Amino acid sequence: MSRTFRQYSVIPGFGLTLGYTITYLSLIVLIPLSMLFFRTAGMGWERFWSTISDPRVVASYKLTFGASLIATLINVVFGGIVAWTLVRYKFPGKTLIDAMVDLPFAIPTAVSGIALTAVYSKNGWIGQYLEPMGFKIAFAYPGVVVAMTFIGLPFVVRTLQPAIEDLHKENEEASASLGATRLQTFRYVILPAILPSLLTGFAMAFARALGEYGSIVFISGNLPMKTEITTWIITQKLDQYDTEGATAIALVMLLSSFAVLFTINAIQWWISQRHRGVS
Amino acid sequence: MSIEVKHLSKTFGSFKALEDVSLRVNDGELVALLGPSGSGKTTLLRIIAGLETPDPNPESEILFHEAHVTASPVGKRGVGFVFQHYALFRHMSVYDNIAFGLRVRPRANRPSRESIRDRVNHLLKLIQLEGFGNRYPSQLSGGQRQRVALARAIAVEPQVLLLDEPFGALDAKVRKGLRDWLRRLHDEIHLTSVLVTHDQEEALEVADRVVVMNKAKIEQVGTPEEVFHQPASQFVMEFLGQVNIFRCRVKAGTASLGTLTFEYPNYQESSEKDAIVYMRPHDLEIKRRQRNEPGLMAKVSRLNPAGAFARVFLHADGVDEIQVELPQDQYRELALSPGDVVYVYPKNARVFVPDFVI
Repeated sequence: MSRTFRQYSVIPGFGLTLGYTITYLSLIVLIPLSMLFFRTAGMGWERFWSTISDPRVVASYKLTFGASLIATLINVVFGGIVAWTLVRYKFPGKTLIDAMVDLPFAIPTAVSGIALTAVYSKNGWIGQYLEPMGFKIAFAYPGVVVAMTFIGLPFVVRTLQPAIEDLHKENEEASASLGATRLQTFRYVILPAILPSLLTGFAMAFARALGEYGSIVFISGNLPMKTEITTWIITQKLDQYDTEGATAIALVMLLSSFAVLFTINAIQWWISQRHRGVS
Repeated sequence: MSIEVKHLSKTFGSFKALEDVSLRVNDGELVALLGPSGSGKTTLLRIIAGLETPDPNPESEILFHEAHVTASPVGKRGVGFVFQHYALFRHMSVYDNIAFGLRVRPRANRPSRESIRDRVNHLLKLIQLEGFGNRYPSQLSGGQRQRVALARAIAVEPQVLLLDEPFGALDAKVRKGLRDWLRRLHDEIHLTSVLVTHDQEEALEVADRVVVMNKAKIEQVGTPEEVFHQPASQFVMEFLGQVNIFRCRVKAGTASLGTLTFEYPNYQESSEKDAIVYMRPHDLEIKRRQRNEPGLMAKVSRLNPAGAFARVFLHADGVDEIQVELPQDQYRELALSPGDVVYVYPKNARVFVPDFVI
């Protein structure tokens, strides 16, 4: 039976590479994550529940998921525009801007956290104008959103770029020649074509925002019940040698991140099935 | 609906795609724009469609049925455009693709759901794809996709149909079938159509009139018969069909190539001048024996009897290879074999003196 998987290839080694893949993924991903389950299993249901449903922790979930969602939606719209601009137009300094998109990837998160705090705090370049107008960014909810937007941007742009490159200009011309308005062309021709990539970018940016720590903890100010993100709570528990409490909350994050990724993959699968026209 | 363009030019950077081109397409006509790649034919078509704007020039005009459309965008010109690579919407079914142009209309003049369905079903029948409405473009063959693209274009009842190398991406057999089908369709619906192609056979077979383009300009406009039998320029002669090209000398109304002479009344001066003589392979006769009139002595170098005509390749002193097409019965009668010495008699030839075109 195992022979049925064999395919002729100029570069042989199916068994070896598959074995390596499984071992590698187990060591790097599966075993560490499964430790979360084992550690929390020793806790007992009651203590587990009281840990993860503590009001301060619940407030952190709300902040983390809410701010992540807002930040990712902002990125989907504006990252989409950035990706579109970078693919469709030629302008001086394009490669520079293209490289700039990667900066949030490359900069250590603590560095970007400090930088963002400096800019958006009361005395910062931007904060000094916004705060008198009543927009408090640093050490408040918007600060968390700003940091999450910052680190999520490259995910959306980089997943959308190839999809936009793949768009055929002829499709848009066909749509226009058939009398569609620009909005209709975008809605019915462009959007459906880039939707799968948009969802992937959304999922990745969202997952990244959920798990972000370094760039947020400075700008958020970590006010209990207000601007504490879940990853901050986890590290706080670890600082107090409450490893079990930390793993319990980490497990909640793991499962919810998994649920998000699973849902988005399911939507993508559904879209691709529909378009393949199996109906 | 007639189309008229006047004094159109278009440059892309330093590349001249069109240079002061004017053309008129009559109501209900099917005109082919024929030329090599880079000759400007696609640019002309796209300017007619409104997908490209001509270089600003107060004299440039685009008229549909004598009305200016120069400033209207593509969606307002009432053109159906068919692209070389179909440009079907991949995520829509065949039905939705064809219905697209009707569904995006403003509510006020959007047909009802039922009339859209009737129209799409009628078109599916017209393109012989009944029952394919639920399929997706990826499930169709190239020829089927192009028919869907055509149906989509005519679904909005355009006043003009523009086709940009519509069969260019298809294989020879499908191409031929679709070409015939397009001609029949045109005879049925009489939609003023402009077809861009680099395939001369396609242009000559389908079109009412052929516009031969080269290097951003129109070389000749005429019926397929005119452009083939009375080419206006060397380019048209060389571009349409196979042709033997020989250098010759012209003097006092006569051009001479070896022992052959051709009349050329346009040049009567007594000083000799270089000229070029063109002979189509099917306009040459081969004889085993010399006749009274002078013929060109040549040696058979290669034979290719496959096809409707047998092709004979000859070699003669002072000229390059000569290609002759013979009807199969004549070919059998001659029973040639490589190395045989024969005499070539041109039935028809055209002489061009460079810078002195007829």
